[in-house]
Amino acid sequence: MTEIFKPANEQQVVEAVQWALANETAMELVGSRSRQRIGNAMETGCGLDLSDLTGITLYEPEELVLAAGAGCMLADIEKELADKGQAFAFEPPDFSHLLGSKTSGTLGGMVACSFAGPRRVQAGGVRDHVLGVRAISGRGEVFKTGGRVVKNVTGYDLPKILTGSWGTLAAMTQITFKVLPKPETEATLAIIGLENDQAMKAMSAGLGAPVDVSAAAHIPKARTLLRLEGIAPSVAARIESLKTLLSPFGELDVLGRDTSREVWSKIRDVRLLGDEQDNAIWRISVPPSEGAKVLAEIEKSIEVNAFFDWGGGLIWLEVLNQTRACAAEIRGTITATGGHATLIRATEKSQAGSAVFQPQSSVLTMLAGRLKNSFDPKGILNPGRMQSTGE
Amino acid sequence: MTRFATSESMSMSQLELPEVNVATLSNRDRIINDLKAICPGEAVISHDSEMRAFESDGLTAYRQMPLVVVLPETVDQVSQVLKYCHENEVRVVPRGAGTSLSGGALPLQDGVLLGLGKFNKILEVDYDNRCVVAEPGVTNLGISNAVEERGFYYAPDPSSQIACSIGGNIAENSGGVHCLKYGLTTNNVLGLEVVLITGEVVQIGGKHMESEGYDLLGLMTGSEGLLGVVTKVTVRILRKPETARALLIGFPSSEDAGQCVADVISEGIIAAGMEMMDKYAIHAAEDFVQAGYPLDVDALLIVELDGPEVEVDYLIERVSSIAKTNKAVSVAASNNEEERLNFWAGRKAAFPAIGRISPDYYCMDGTIPRHKLPVVLKRMAQMSADYGLRVANVFHAGDGNMHPLILYDANVPGELEKTEEFGGEILKLCVEVGGVLTGEHGVGVEKRDLMPVMFSKTDLEHQQRVKCAFDAKGLLNPGKVFPELYNCAEMGRMHISGGKLPFPDIPRF
Repeated sequence: MTEIFKPANEQQVVEAVQWALANETAMELVGSRSRQRIGNAMETGCGLDLSDLTGITLYEPEELVLAAGAGCMLADIEKELADKGQAFAFEPPDFSHLLGSKTSGTLGGMVACSFAGPRRVQAGGVRDHVLGVRAISGRGEVFKTGGRVVKNVTGYDLPKILTGSWGTLAAMTQITFKVLPKPETEATLAIIGLENDQAMKAMSAGLGAPVDVSAAAHIPKARTLLRLEGIAPSVAARIESLKTLLSPFGELDVLGRDTSREVWSKIRDVRLLGDEQDNAIWRISVPPSEGAKVLAEIEKSIEVNAFFDWGGGLIWLEVLNQTRACAAEIRGTITATGGHATLIRATEKSQAGSAVFQPQSSVLTMLAGRLKNSFDPKGILNPGRMQSTGE
Repeated sequence: MTRFATSESMSMSQLELPEVNVATLSNRDRIINDLKAICPGEAVISHDSEMRAFESDGLTAYRQMPLVVVLPETVDQVSQVLKYCHENEVRVVPRGAGTSLSGGALPLQDGVLLGLGKFNKILEVDYDNRCVVAEPGVTNLGISNAVEERGFYYAPDPSSQIACSIGGNIAENSGGVHCLKYGLTTNNVLGLEVVLITGEVVQIGGKHMESEGYDLLGLMTGSEGLLGVVTKVTVRILRKPETARALLIGFPSSEDAGQCVADVISEGIIAAGMEMMDKYAIHAAEDFVQAGYPLDVDALLIVELDGPEVEVDYLIERVSSIAKTNKAVSVAASNNEEERLNFWAGRKAAFPAIGRISPDYYCMDGTIPRHKLPVVLKRMAQMSADYGLRVANVFHAGDGNMHPLILYDANVPGELEKTEEFGGEILKLCVEVGGVLTGEHGVGVEKRDLMPVMFSKTDLEHQQRVKCAFDAKGLLNPGKVFPELYNCAEMGRMHISGGKLPFPDIPRF
């Protein structure tokens, strides 16, 4: 069994990375392993478990800022935030249903993998809420970047490069976030029985209306959902505006706060598909107006279950009997529209050697390789995890 | 005309720019001819009289004539110019509208000034995907104007929005008064086309959310023209809120105003904008535009709320009552658009208002944790007395970004230098209280030498190596952002020490 280092503090992370450097041993970075199944397979000689780097070092609700160790459990932090009526505005998803994990993971994992939930269309992604980071690069050196304030253009925005870098550039030890008030209440307008292409149009109309839609999803052959959040009188008024706007599309239904919350947590956590563990799961990001077309194209040759989030811009796809040809077909379809597809879950058989991340242009691949090299010249941190970025 | 290696800089201040490459200067005529072959017609400007317009940007204390100015019209020309400069080791300074307040577009004597002004077209308005594709020379306001007919707008609104270019906004990650609710440039960009110094053209992101792989969109935004030249921008647009109302609130002290802001946020209210002015700024603005500001207060707060009417009306009441519990001495709410704009008129005219009462002023741009405002203002007042220079304060209270304006007279010998020193002290104070050197104006040449106040050598090296990954020869906008030029090969080297595991303390499994 390979050795796993579990540092208790930042200095020990430095020592562990320096040891790995000196011994030219690649490390697999882990937190609570909730997303360990995602990403290309790696060959590493040891593990670096960052889950003991816990503790909130700064939480000032009136300043909308929280800083905590990368090993903190997301669920614990969400509870702390909820106590003050706050939350991460990007609605971090819990993939335990899809991935069979026990928890929704750590803060470090949340940032490294960079998955945002339904509110992405209104509040931005993980990247938009990471203000500062302390990390140990693959050079075995501690560095900090960013800060604790929202408005900051001092030097390159490295927190953005670290967000979504899948542990390939640095081991994050402490992360500072922008947090926001939790909406007081919510309601969802449902349109019943729209065809996919009509649903894209309805969501686009809703998102383009002055009613501040905070999420828009479409479940094929069922419902198209648009969520409004805020203070009660405002939500009530906006639901009325939205009804007037969208009534030409079809029959409407309004979901009250509790039902709305339940529905959106299912969408966020992708509990609407993926029960059959052998089926592959894809997460596809495309221009929102292209969503229905992309799915129609894929459905021509592949048997799938799917639903749309982000106003049509995010397709969650479950592929039955996936082969290597399916992956090529999906990626080929997306190449035409712009966007990318990530293979979130697969068995060895269904992955059939397909890349997890969308292959990039040769120039982007070259840049990614150079960036990787600048942070981790010996390639000791999660080497190969994001192969498609040119490692 | 031959140019000499001696600096023609008119800067009155001691600013060190990278050592001039003498070979480049001596090859100037050849370089001009070669650039003319790439960009024919009037695109290459080499006469001093015509180049004069480019010798400075919005930070006018620094001036430097460039080697030559090139104004390409196509992406292919940009690519060829950069490729040429890369092959011939000629430095390049990209420039948008030239409104930078940090000297980001300050020319180099041995550098080609690459102006993107001719890239001034909106390429596509896509309401279905709620985005606009534009060339980098389009003004910030030009984007909002292009989508106004359908009730949309582009959210980041730097005060120079009538003139500043969207490409420059990308380079500086520009903000504005609505950042807390609607984000900075970086939160509103979906895609970029960038030309690297090698001439290669890269497409990053597009109309979809979340670019794949490393977040190069995030990295490029705010990189101050050091990593590449932006030739196309895709930004998201938003539907204008149904209504907007503002409150004008006077406080006996900045502490009370600051506490009011904190309480508003604690109550879960995210205002569209919260702007604070100190007594000096209030008086200057009121004298200038007669906005009806109260003159018997020490701090004035403008709080703007937007959204559906019912929500805005409700929040106006809540914020008013929070203000009253924080000792507000005057609370006025706008009841129509005219009144709202009038509340803003003084704030928007604050800079020219200061300009009216002082021969020169120097605008600073630090960000601090909001609650540190009283202590920062107090120490700034002390410094103001020590330096014998007046200072007026306008403050984006919602996000902690402060703009102290130091009043000086450049014709008084030594006063500019004293002003810069004072400014530097203010920024050091921002960092000391947990803030940063620049919130939205960029580091440029202005704050370059202060970077070590905020970052360790190791921190800076991690940033500089990113520069090396894009521009190993250091040809794009050198002398900006980082206090020292550096050798990429040297910095890339690793010194591995030890070798055996010397730390029995790390738990292992």
